[in-house]
Amino acid sequence: MLVSEMKPHEEVLTLLKGSDNVYLVGCNGCAEVCQTGGPEVAAELADKLQKDGKVIAGTTNIDFLCNKVLAGTRLIRDIDSINKADALLVLSCGIGVQVVASVVDMPVFPAANTKSMGGAPGLWPGEEKCGQCGNCLLGYTGGICPITGCAKSLVNGQCGGTTDDGDCEVENDRPCTWAQIYQRLKTVNRLDLLKNFMEPRDKSALLPNVATRKTLYWAVDQDVSEPAATEGCE
Amino acid sequence: MSLSDLQKKVEAGDFAVTGEIGPPKGVNVDKCMEEAEKYLKDTCTAVNVTDNQSSVMRFGSLAGCRMLIDRGLEPVLQMVCRDRNSIALQSDALSAYGLGIRNVLAITGDHQSLGDHPQAAGVFDLDSVSLLRTLSLLEQGKDASGGELDGVPTFFKGAVVTPCSDPIEPQLIKMEKKIEAGAQFFQTQAVYDIKQFETFMKKVEQFKVPVLAGQVILKSVGMARFMNANVAGVQVPETLIQELKKDKEATKSGKTGAAICADFLKEAKAMCQGAHLMTLGWDHIVPDIIAGAELQ
Repeated sequence: MLVSEMKPHEEVLTLLKGSDNVYLVGCNGCAEVCQTGGPEVAAELADKLQKDGKVIAGTTNIDFLCNKVLAGTRLIRDIDSINKADALLVLSCGIGVQVVASVVDMPVFPAANTKSMGGAPGLWPGEEKCGQCGNCLLGYTGGICPITGCAKSLVNGQCGGTTDDGDCEVENDRPCTWAQIYQRLKTVNRLDLLKNFMEPRDKSALLPNVATRKTLYWAVDQDVSEPAATEGCE
Repeated sequence: MSLSDLQKKVEAGDFAVTGEIGPPKGVNVDKCMEEAEKYLKDTCTAVNVTDNQSSVMRFGSLAGCRMLIDRGLEPVLQMVCRDRNSIALQSDALSAYGLGIRNVLAITGDHQSLGDHPQAAGVFDLDSVSLLRTLSLLEQGKDASGGELDGVPTFFKGAVVTPCSDPIEPQLIKMEKKIEAGAQFFQTQAVYDIKQFETFMKKVEQFKVPVLAGQVILKSVGMARFMNANVAGVQVPETLIQELKKDKEATKSGKTGAAICADFLKEAKAMCQGAHLMTLGWDHIVPDIIAGAELQ
């Protein structure tokens, strides 16, 4: 099962800047268990966003958003409402966000960060992959994941190695993920997102507990005047 | 806090030439140092030292840069993000400053699978943009985690851009990001078509940042064709390939390559702030290029 947590609400608002009319897509699978998806969480988020001045064009909750066929079939039913929106906000893991981005030609933003696959990359494994990086960037990359797609997992745009055909310098038989991201953002008229400076990824989200990493030099570097440093010794 | 000669020169609006050396695999660095001293000292304002270029393990850039200083040359430290995490990159940047190195060129780096250690880990903790931002932070007395520095370095921070990339828009967006992150000068990927270069320079004029036109010296017909087929964003026009075909001896000796480069720079010098000469070991033809392009 996938483990995800909601992004800070301020980050969601930053992502939705300029998108006044928002369509919500929720997942009733793992995300519902993690409280990052499902009808209740989606309704709660819709409320919050309305208070922030957003118009909710509609909401669809889908059982297992990682199932691309199911997601496509369900979303097409509500295509008129979706077309009225400026953007889609997806309450699911990174795979769900990628699936939605691959079936609609609109800006798609994640509402959650995916922390762990817990053994299974969704229940309907497809070509979309989630790197469980804990800080979902899909909102800036047109719903295409550079962590799993780019050979170098770059976050600030393509490297100098993109071939003239738009392929990856490492595997010439597949497209450069950043070239795809550029094309996608161009299609949805959101190239401005590409200009954001992306902070280096915070790898500490992936580390085991600090207690397992303590060394002599770690101890020397601690400020012993801080009570926190003596915690557990009493 | 003295400025590097390269910074002084480009900021004064003078045309600056930079050379490039690639240290060997092993410790026999005397030959490339001697050649740099002999051919580049009087012709180039500064000389890049490559950082395990093409992902091939070699003698290091940091030591190579210091050795150039010892011989009276000004180095440009190339730093790729493939082999070191953000701790090591920052530490090496501080070390570089301590060794008297001021010019730093921030590059993402080729993927490790393209070199001779495909089994190695690729780090890419930072990328070219975030490395530039990190160097800027160090200059403000902070490390990447916000910690205070005891003694603050200053650098002249460079980056790269590919003028002939198609589409060009992603290059321009990333170039702008690099400038915002702190890039003060650019060295370009190899460019041979003056019209294409002119178009590119018109597009980046708005950024008001010095650009040094990159020149990989053409050594043979085979090399030109190989680059066309394999190097992203590099196109050697057929006319130049015919030029290389004409006189085999002149091509072999470097005369043709030097003449092609000099012809390009003669026209390009009115469009940009300098040239970056990547001779791939043929330092001896640099004086001919400088003379041919009437740069001195």
